[in-house]
Amino acid sequence: MANIVIDNIKKSFGAFQALKGVSLTIKDGEFVSLLGPSGCGKTTLLRIIAGLETSTSGDIRIGDKSVIGLPPKDRGLAMVFQNYAVFPHMTVYENVAFGLRMQKADDARVKKQVEKAAGLLHIEAYLDRYPNKLSGGQRQRVAVARALAVEPGVLLMDEPLSNLDALLRLEMRTELKTVLQEAGTTTIYVTHDQTEAMGLSDRIAVVHDGRIEQVGTPVEVYNHPATRFVGGFIGNPPMNFITMPVTNGQVAAGSQRFAVPAQGGEIVLGLRGETVERAPTGQGLDMEVRVAEPMGSHLLLTGSILGQPARVILPATETVKNGETVGLALDPKRLTWLSPESGVSYPAAA
Amino acid sequence: MSNTMSTSGHAGFISARMLLFWSGIIALCAWVLVPIYLVALGALGGRAGAYQWPKNLLPNDISLQPFILFLKTEGVFQSFLNSLGAAGITVALSIALGAPAGYALARYNFRGKDSYRLLVLLTRAFPLAILALPLTVSYIRLGLYDTVLGVGLIHTVLALPFAALVTQGIFLGVPRELEEAAWVFGCTRIQAFFKIVAPLALPGLVATAVFAFVISWNEVFAASVLTVRHRTLTAYLLTVLSESPMHYRFAGGLMLILPSVVFIFAVRRYLFAIWGVSSK
Ligand SMILES: Nc1ncnc2c1ncn2[C@@H]1O[C@H](COP(=O)(O)OP(=O)(O)OP(=O)(O)O)[C@@H](O)[C@H]1O
Ligand SMILES: [Mg+2]
Repeated sequence: MANIVIDNIKKSFGAFQALKGVSLTIKDGEFVSLLGPSGCGKTTLLRIIAGLETSTSGDIRIGDKSVIGLPPKDRGLAMVFQNYAVFPHMTVYENVAFGLRMQKADDARVKKQVEKAAGLLHIEAYLDRYPNKLSGGQRQRVAVARALAVEPGVLLMDEPLSNLDALLRLEMRTELKTVLQEAGTTTIYVTHDQTEAMGLSDRIAVVHDGRIEQVGTPVEVYNHPATRFVGGFIGNPPMNFITMPVTNGQVAAGSQRFAVPAQGGEIVLGLRGETVERAPTGQGLDMEVRVAEPMGSHLLLTGSILGQPARVILPATETVKNGETVGLALDPKRLTWLSPESGVSYPAAA
Repeated sequence: MSNTMSTSGHAGFISARMLLFWSGIIALCAWVLVPIYLVALGALGGRAGAYQWPKNLLPNDISLQPFILFLKTEGVFQSFLNSLGAAGITVALSIALGAPAGYALARYNFRGKDSYRLLVLLTRAFPLAILALPLTVSYIRLGLYDTVLGVGLIHTVLALPFAALVTQGIFLGVPRELEEAAWVFGCTRIQAFFKIVAPLALPGLVATAVFAFVISWNEVFAASVLTVRHRTLTAYLLTVLSESPMHYRFAGGLMLILPSVVFIFAVRRYLFAIWGVSSK
């Protein structure tokens, strides 16, 4: 019903190209996160979907109907703005009620919806206050409540939890997910925070420099990044990239051999730091450990593999001294191979 | 303000600040109020009071009698009404025309925006004296000569550039996102303007209205040139007062001052009710 099709959207501000052809299809009721570094065009894309900005070219369809040229109010969506945009001359109650009042909802329904949304975001206590008497995090929750209160078919959220403390954010995250799932709301959720994106999303779209680099489920995006950028952006520590020589379609790591999708020359190994196992030196890849940091739940090693910087994670039960060389066995099912020239990964091996 | 925890030195610092604060307020009030007080004294003290020397600074033998006598003088009350009329037209027109212009300047980028702004200001650089004759001629042709409407129109011309530029600043101060949020939640552009922008811009718009009022109320040249029998108060006083006794002049002065004070007093709530600083 309220699926969204983003079809080759481009946007230029003067000579600067903010979006360079973005295409994305979001199913009805799906929760998709836009994840990417600052300035990559996330807000711009949301604003184009909402009708606050006109795209230079391309099409947006909501519920199979093109909305290009429609004013925001006729697109059947609600939005949480990055800077909240809470109306300062209205009480919190009236702010949350605003969309319903515009729909000419009767007072009983307004009251019911406002109380529901306010309860969800824990702002019942401030309903009579004006926004200038609220903290940033409280205002942000008012903005989220205002969007939820109208029970939109499509919900656009621009970093809606960025200003909350870690505990509250975790709680809100879970509640948001539950409510939106129950209501079947199609959601586009912009965030910087990859754990948030991983936890909430049905699919993640990683945006980089005005393009979508990869769309996939959190697990796909994590395990098989489509590009070097995605691998480096997602995961903590980020994916390691180690350039290795190829002979006869094979790469040798100590006594381990891996068939790779290249015949000769070089290939880049994308290695998630927690997929390795400790082994005798010479059996897999050897790592010269510069710093070993016991983190409680695990042991973080920083150093180099084949002279290239690397970070890996071992179980907390291992002990490694600074300056030691440790052997690491690789799990062939969890390796990603990338082209050294383009930085694009080869499809996951069968 | 003082609590039991504060040391005496801290308390001393606070009281010194309070002293400075209040003496500042008193000085500012005196700056405005003393001249008004002296004028009022002259106006209400009668012939004897006006010429008395040394002045009696206490309001001893004052009565409203001399002022009422002045009000009853032929033409004073009528010209007062004319002035109010002209000022009313000026306020209404400069807000009705200036605010949309200011809104457009604040929200839209169009070619020639800066030159347009300069042009608006340049209209004020053109001396009215040169315009006086052609203006009179065309006013006679149009039937606007010697009418309150005519004076109001010319005062609008004087006030409009400021109204457009000042309201531009005011609308710039209302974040665009608030309007956009209103659009997303179901408003048309017009609805968003009246529900969101107008209430937030109200204090500034009221200040602009005060400004337009004062420009019209104080203007004397155009009003003198363009009227004969339907004079505004300033134009009327200009012709009459030089031949009047001293206490009449004071009474005229008081009458020029009072409406502005009353007007500003009446709208003070909007002037100070700036959201985010104080909201009631
Ligand atoms: N109105 C505008 N005029 C010119 N450039 C703009 C405009 N709006 C955005 N940009 C540019 O477009 C790029 C993308 O901006 P956008 O706000 O979409 O980034 P973002 O991904 O939301 O970043 P953040 O995570 O910091 O919010 C930025 O380089 C920005 O400078
Ligand atoms: Mg943004």
